Amino acid sequence: MDGLQHFLQVFFDPVIISHYWPAIVGGLWVTLGLAVAIVIAGILSGLLLACLRCAGIRWLNGLIIAFADIWRALPPLVVILILYFGLPGVGITFSAWMVLFLTLSLVLAAFSEEIFWAGIRAVDRGQWEAARACGMRSITVLIWIVLPQAMRMAMPSLTNRSIAITKMTALGTVIGVPEILYQASSAQSFSGSATPLTMGALAYIAMFLPFVILGRWLESRMNWRRT
Amino acid sequence: MENFADQFFNLDLMWQSLPLLMKGLWVTLQICVVVIILGGLGGLLLAVASDSKSAWLRWPTIIYVDFFRAVPPLVLLIFVYSGMPFAGVNLSPYMAVILAFLLNNSAYYSEVYRAGLQSIPPGQVEASRSTGMSRLQTMVWVVIPQAVRNVLPDLLSNTVEVVKLTSLASVVSLGDLLYRADMARSMSYNSSPIVLAALVYLVLLWPLVRMVSRFERKQHQ
Amino acid sequence: MNETAAVSLQGGAPSAAHNPFPILELIGLNKAFGEQLVLDSIDLKVRPGELVCVIGPSGSGKSTMLRCCNRLEEPSGGQVIVDGTDLMDRQTSIDRMRQKIGMVFQQFNLYPHYSALGNVALALRLVKKLSRSRAESLAFDALSRVGLADRAGHYPHQLSGGQQQRVGIARAIALDPKIVLFDEPTSALDPELVGSVLEVMRELRDIGMTMLVVTHEMAFARAVADRVVFMADGNIVEQGPPEQIFQAPLHERTRAFVEQRH
Ligand SMILES: Nc1ncnc2c1ncn2[C@@H]1O[C@H](COP(=O)(O)OP(=O)(O)OP(=O)(O)O)[C@@H](O)[C@H]1O
Ligand SMILES: [Mg+2]
Repeated sequence: MDGLQHFLQVFFDPVIISHYWPAIVGGLWVTLGLAVAIVIAGILSGLLLACLRCAGIRWLNGLIIAFADIWRALPPLVVILILYFGLPGVGITFSAWMVLFLTLSLVLAAFSEEIFWAGIRAVDRGQWEAARACGMRSITVLIWIVLPQAMRMAMPSLTNRSIAITKMTALGTVIGVPEILYQASSAQSFSGSATPLTMGALAYIAMFLPFVILGRWLESRMNWRRT
Repeated sequence: MENFADQFFNLDLMWQSLPLLMKGLWVTLQICVVVIILGGLGGLLLAVASDSKSAWLRWPTIIYVDFFRAVPPLVLLIFVYSGMPFAGVNLSPYMAVILAFLLNNSAYYSEVYRAGLQSIPPGQVEASRSTGMSRLQTMVWVVIPQAVRNVLPDLLSNTVEVVKLTSLASVVSLGDLLYRADMARSMSYNSSPIVLAALVYLVLLWPLVRMVSRFERKQHQ
Repeated sequence: MNETAAVSLQGGAPSAAHNPFPILELIGLNKAFGEQLVLDSIDLKVRPGELVCVIGPSGSGKSTMLRCCNRLEEPSGGQVIVDGTDLMDRQTSIDRMRQKIGMVFQQFNLYPHYSALGNVALALRLVKKLSRSRAESLAFDALSRVGLADRAGHYPHQLSGGQQQRVGIARAIALDPKIVLFDEPTSALDPELVGSVLEVMRELRDIGMTMLVVTHEMAFARAVADRVVFMADGNIVEQGPPEQIFQAPLHERTRAFVEQRH
């Protein structure tokens, strides 16, 4: 066998592909579902926290900042292990799904809170004052004037951060969530072939590459506007 | 409540596992240094290439970067560690971790640097070239220092991500901080060692995370 | 000084036999951006010690011509000869030639991460390979010449626009160039800061520096230039001593432009 053929045989074995195809697709749906749930929960809670922070209540802001700092500093895998293996010891049992969802949503919430907050602060003070001068209430100003602008500014970072965090659903493998990587690596050990790993990698690329490109596009559009 | 304290904050157990964890921390720091330095340099080269005028240089780089940004690092790691041996390439866990994280991180660093390079007005290059400085000298002395300064917060936050990333090394049984902590956990059926590991990560990264936020605030003003 | 002025009274007639060897010579210079021809076969000579001002309406190709003189812009055709060397020749090291061609920019383009002294010294160190102390002492001399010796340690953002532009000039002359190109050096300045920069340029002229200056400062061109070049639509329409261009232009377009600017 020459080199290329051997390579194809190892990483793109057609027999293996046809056999494990359904498992990988099943994993793809799991990853997709988790990703959507995490993005929605994470970004909404991040937004909510950023808005609460606008209220300027001292102790509350302290809590929010601590929350954001801690969840940005902790490696998600550490949290996953604590929640999955530690909590049953005190009588709380979450499913592997729930642990993965909770951890990644909280991480995304922390990051998106910071991103939204940076966006809100970047909106010109004059906008606040102008709107307040028209007799609008703070909350109205926030929702109708400030947030839309902050949102636009936050879009590129938010997209990139969401991709980075939803990619971490692959960590579910460690606690047995049947997502793409889990399916791929168990297929790999059953079949004794590297092909399922290739399939897994390709599944991730099919899922995330469009968003990576979207993020790049959003970013370039922002730069273009600024100049 | 007592149960809770025992499960997560058993001080005796933490104390006992501390030496083991410190050994792991040493491994973690080693990987960090290698990946941050090599990944940072590689990312810089990729960024320069992806900003190049030559399409032959630009497109392969962009494809490389987007490809590795789309693949989760754990997938990459497992592919390198368990997939490559099928092709006759056997890497030690150490090498596998470093290779996988370098591929991943050079892509991320390159995006950060690229934004930095693009933030430099062309007039800077023109001024420098007009005094007879070569392309390379212009890059090294005029463009890159300013580019790095402009993206310092992003570089820093990417570096935080690298440190967090190294925890994945435990999945391929490299004896890093998390791996040792998990070993201690499975021996004692108690999560305190992992909580201790979490605290170590916090001590390591909290100052950096704070700095990122401070920088970002300054930049927006 | 008077001699070169007298020579240039010939109004750019290229045949004057007693002309010193020109420092800069453009021969049939063309530049096209895509389909659009921006410079249409430009011929121009600048002789040692001359101060030549280029005027003309916006978009006439003044900046493009200037930038072709050190190949910041790549000419589409023709020759650029500086100090006897053809810049377009493949054998020519453009980096070496650029040491002989200073350039001053409309937007100053100072390096924000270096002090005034650092801005001027950088190329001395990297291009001329001088030691740090030698480079800094030369840079200090150049700053003194533009009246900024006391600002050597300041960073660009700590300097006024006029001071920044004078640092830009110091950076250009520190390498001891044969000619300095200026692209609207005062256009980005507040009116009250223009004077100091023009004053420095006048002093440079008085010590015999050769300069090619694109400018909208008609009063400056009139008072200081040895020769004025009027460009329109990528052509040199007319050139001659300032008295001719401003008082008795030969071409209708020149007259229209000059009158509108008064
Ligand atoms: N990089 C470029 N790409 C395409 N067209 C260009 C480029 N640079 C200049 N041009 C065009 O070339 C023409 C001449 O431009 P140039 O900047 O030389 O004019 P100018 O005489 O310096 O004008 P101004 O007085 O406004 O500075 C203009 O029509 C301009 O649109
Ligand atoms: Mg111009």
